[in-house]
Amino acid sequence: MNVTVPLPKQQTPAEQGLSIVDCDIHPAPKVVDELFPFMAKRWQEHLKTFGSHVRQGLSDGLAHPRMTPDVARVDAWPDDGSTPGSDPAFMKRHHLDANGVEYGILIPLGRSGSHQRNLEYGAALCSAVNDWQISKYCEFDNRIRASITATQEDTAAAVAEINKRAKDKRFVQVLIPPRAVEPLGKRRYWPIYEAAVANKLPVGLHLGGMGGHPSTGSGMGSYYIEEHTSNVQTMQGLITSLVIEGVFEAFPDLQMVLIEGGFAWEPALNWRMDKHWKNFKAEVPHLKRAPSEYSKQHIRFTTQPIEEPEKQGDLRQIIDWVGVDRLMFSTDYPHWDFDDPRYALNSAGLSVAEKQKIMSGNAKALYGLQ
Amino acid sequence: MARHVVAAVGEIAEGERKLVTIEGRNIGIFNVEGEYYALLNRCPHAGAELCRGFIVGFADSDEPGHYKLDRKGEFLRCPWHGWEFDIRTGQSWFDPKVRTRAYKTSVEKGAELQKGPYVAETFAVKVEENYIVIEI
Repeated sequence: MNVTVPLPKQQTPAEQGLSIVDCDIHPAPKVVDELFPFMAKRWQEHLKTFGSHVRQGLSDGLAHPRMTPDVARVDAWPDDGSTPGSDPAFMKRHHLDANGVEYGILIPLGRSGSHQRNLEYGAALCSAVNDWQISKYCEFDNRIRASITATQEDTAAAVAEINKRAKDKRFVQVLIPPRAVEPLGKRRYWPIYEAAVANKLPVGLHLGGMGGHPSTGSGMGSYYIEEHTSNVQTMQGLITSLVIEGVFEAFPDLQMVLIEGGFAWEPALNWRMDKHWKNFKAEVPHLKRAPSEYSKQHIRFTTQPIEEPEKQGDLRQIIDWVGVDRLMFSTDYPHWDFDDPRYALNSAGLSVAEKQKIMSGNAKALYGLQ
Repeated sequence: MARHVVAAVGEIAEGERKLVTIEGRNIGIFNVEGEYYALLNRCPHAGAELCRGFIVGFADSDEPGHYKLDRKGEFLRCPWHGWEFDIRTGQSWFDPKVRTRAYKTSVEKGAELQKGPYVAETFAVKVEENYIVIEI
């Protein structure tokens, strides 16, 4: 039997007296020339002449065709037809104002230097993207915060970039991709974590990217839905590497944010890690506590795309397992899989105080937003 | 139940739509092969403006490797997460239990409208034309 299930109209969080920090907003250049004022002539010429060379094919493309142009909400194209996310005035009107966003954190993806095989070019691109976020977005609207993009394969350059940017408090985190040349727990990446801790910045890890590895542990899938689902495997491998390699034993003040990878899978991963640790403690004596304790203390998750269990109460159970204090609201604007703050958390059975923590309180505390 | 004049026949071309607001409700009026259908402009999944989505056909498959696209122009794909709905019924394709609200439409003569208890405040109804009417 068919049932009409109209979604009841909801108030915005602002109308409910809740504030929002959106931990995942994607900016984009209208044209790549926008970055040139922030790049030395040499690297402008390099970009124009040689372009990107990343660690997989389709240098400027994505491994799987997306279901909508530019991975975007169909209604997120600015009036002049330019790329979604590329017009700060449209973003302000369409998202920040319309949804009552108190702070929004930029996650630049498209022109990231993190995956460039030419490390010097990658460092120049990261630096340009950092200047560009401040100049184009943060100076346009003082609710917007930036992420320090850095080349994880050239840690000396990354550390220099982090130290250079950290003085500007509009940068609230270091951003590196979850799929690097090696798992991110390896010691070659530790100087980045050391610099982040020294500058009191969390490290954000947004799924995807072009690190040369498929999202699964068993090769490249055929379909976008496979990739989108199996990004969870990437995130699980990431937590396992960071915890087991002892990153959080070495950097007890390090905080990390897993962005857009979901969170419902984390309790099961923790149970499994802990079970194995009881058997294999002698293999990893540098771990002084159960793996789940490191994960719970050092890793947080953004909420989008939030899991949608069939039974309403199940999301509440998952949030209790993960912990209300570890979840931070995000929309992924302007991408197609946007979570609307009016609806995303409604089936979780949260109290007002719990909802406020997830919508803004946890992110304000972590990122030092006043 | 009030009846509202929402457009003149001919105003919405085949395969096109018109978005209207009636009694505070945003509604999309669609012309599918010369017949008119009305859906609530709010996706039952996550609240997007459903009626601004792509008008598409139905991709079907009997087995992996064999694909066909039919019922062209009869489905509406949400502009956010891509949920697909049958424009004629408002029924979700992937989960038939889910529907967006659909409204009854009819085509009426201007002469009839001027006699009856219709709400037509935004239209100067002419006797000689036909109009699309929905019931709310």
